[in-house]
Amino acid sequence: MSAISRDDVAHLAMLARIDLSDAELDKMAGELAIILESVARVNEAATDGVPPTSHPLPLTNVTRPDAVRPSLTAEEALSGAPASEQQRFSVPRILDED
Amino acid sequence: MTSDITRASAAELADRLYRKEISAVEATQAHLDRIAAVDGSVHAFLHVDAEGALATARDIDRRRAAGEDLHILAGVPIAVKDIATTKGLPTTAGSRILEGWIPPYDATIVAKLKDVGMPILGKTNMDEFAMGSSTEHSAFGPSHNPWDLERIPGGSGGGSSAAVASYQAPLAIGTDTGGSIRQPAAVTGTVGGKPTYGGVSRYGLIALASSLDQAGPVSRSVLDAALLHSVIGGYDPMDSTSIDAPVPPVVEAARLADVKGMRIGVVKELGGEGYQAGVRARFEESVQLLVDAGAEVVEVSCPSFEYALATYYLILPAEASSNLARFDSMRYGLRVLPDGVDDPSAEQVMAASRDAGFGDEVKRRIILGTYALSSGYYDAYYGSAQKVRTLIQRDFAAAFDKADVLVSPTTPTTAFKIGEKVHDPLAMYLNDIATIPANLAGIPGMSLPSGLADEDGLPVGIQILAPATKDERLYRVGAALEAVLIQRWGGPLLAKAPELLTTANGREARS
Repeated sequence: MSAISRDDVAHLAMLARIDLSDAELDKMAGELAIILESVARVNEAATDGVPPTSHPLPLTNVTRPDAVRPSLTAEEALSGAPASEQQRFSVPRILDED
Repeated sequence: MTSDITRASAAELADRLYRKEISAVEATQAHLDRIAAVDGSVHAFLHVDAEGALATARDIDRRRAAGEDLHILAGVPIAVKDIATTKGLPTTAGSRILEGWIPPYDATIVAKLKDVGMPILGKTNMDEFAMGSSTEHSAFGPSHNPWDLERIPGGSGGGSSAAVASYQAPLAIGTDTGGSIRQPAAVTGTVGGKPTYGGVSRYGLIALASSLDQAGPVSRSVLDAALLHSVIGGYDPMDSTSIDAPVPPVVEAARLADVKGMRIGVVKELGGEGYQAGVRARFEESVQLLVDAGAEVVEVSCPSFEYALATYYLILPAEASSNLARFDSMRYGLRVLPDGVDDPSAEQVMAASRDAGFGDEVKRRIILGTYALSSGYYDAYYGSAQKVRTLIQRDFAAAFDKADVLVSPTTPTTAFKIGEKVHDPLAMYLNDIATIPANLAGIPGMSLPSGLADEDGLPVGIQILAPATKDERLYRVGAALEAVLIQRWGGPLLAKAPELLTTANGREARS
């Protein structure tokens, strides 16, 4: 379970949208294998019947009134954009070419 | 005169400002001068905002002269870890992917500092996206420990701790996800506090692990930390995990500084084998001093702590992989086009940008987190880790039945040399072994100096932990211990640190 292959890392890199180089893939597979071995220890703890905790202090349905309030202007929101056009973020094509 | 001001605690500075013995402009300029003199060798700051800081200072001086009632910390300068958004000031989170990014809004805690009128000197260095224990993973070069410039100042908040330890700022903001305030405090001989999760707003903090992150004070004294904690703490409707309750009475507790009748729990699993001899010696002495001051010591055992490191290094990467998905070059941050691809797709640009913009440690943790959350592995890794988190909370609850606070050494070792552990991720992770449990459970913790280790003369920290929402107990016990230790040392521990060479001396400011 804790062995992780170069192909595994390549697949995960695709899921995480990081274009790892061949050298990075090689190095990372080895490093992750060691780390995974050590974190797999969580399975040695006695957790039968123990509920999971995702949050240190339980809170339920924190909401606010559905009322308009000040926010960023379009200019502020676009201020960090690598590219923008007509008050929109300009991005590379998101659809495949035909 | 300048060195007088920068050696003062925040509380002393506040007092001198109140009495109009010094102006906020003098106080701010003194620290800016100190930064110019020593930061070439310490590298605590990624960005210094002299103009902004002095403008705030001038405004405070004008208002004070007009007789306005000001907050006790008005005019006291502060440094802010580069993980908090500051409107108009670059914010990088120590990463190339945000190099040059200027946020269009302030984090809530930054807004609070501005409301009080604290001149913000600049943004401090940190491990990239707060992933690290040495500040060596900063994309902009490490910070250096003022006690020995060849050593790490801790991480991820090494810039903040180094700035405060070298008198470049009397106070700083840090964030702590697995020890990133407390561990740097321990290795630099300063004070660092992590409030109860939800006690300080996370709005505007660049998120690492949303269920673990917490901003807190970095200072040279427990009272100073309390004063800062009371400024930044409190309910924030912009943070849906924020606790809707008043800030605990931390300043009163720091001034009370009395442990008579308190039960101090020593955690069996935190300390002992794997902890440096000098770290253990100073810890045991401090525990004895607490007994001498009227506290009762009880031994407690938290067996699930054995799995805390593994749990943390599953939960954190999983949450981080999700949080860092936003850095996709579409709306802000670095955009890099893939080599040799005509008309690349958005996904290809994202992948090229993230590969170019993220450092090795960040990539490792994102991949690890993606793995832990992926189908087929979710239950075995992330699912199990969440259950162990419950066990850790239960162990703390049982311990706090027997004790009012728990204590342990903050770190297993003193500051190691830059370069020593950076190529061994697991060795690096072990630095957080004592600090991680508090983040997993959401309870507050603090580190304060307990002395120097005999074998290397480097600072050692003692960690205090309290039940969730009982942050005031940290300050009560911490201040009591600090007072006794300062008396023994004849002054603060930092006074024993070597003087940094300054460029003003006309000598190259390097050790």
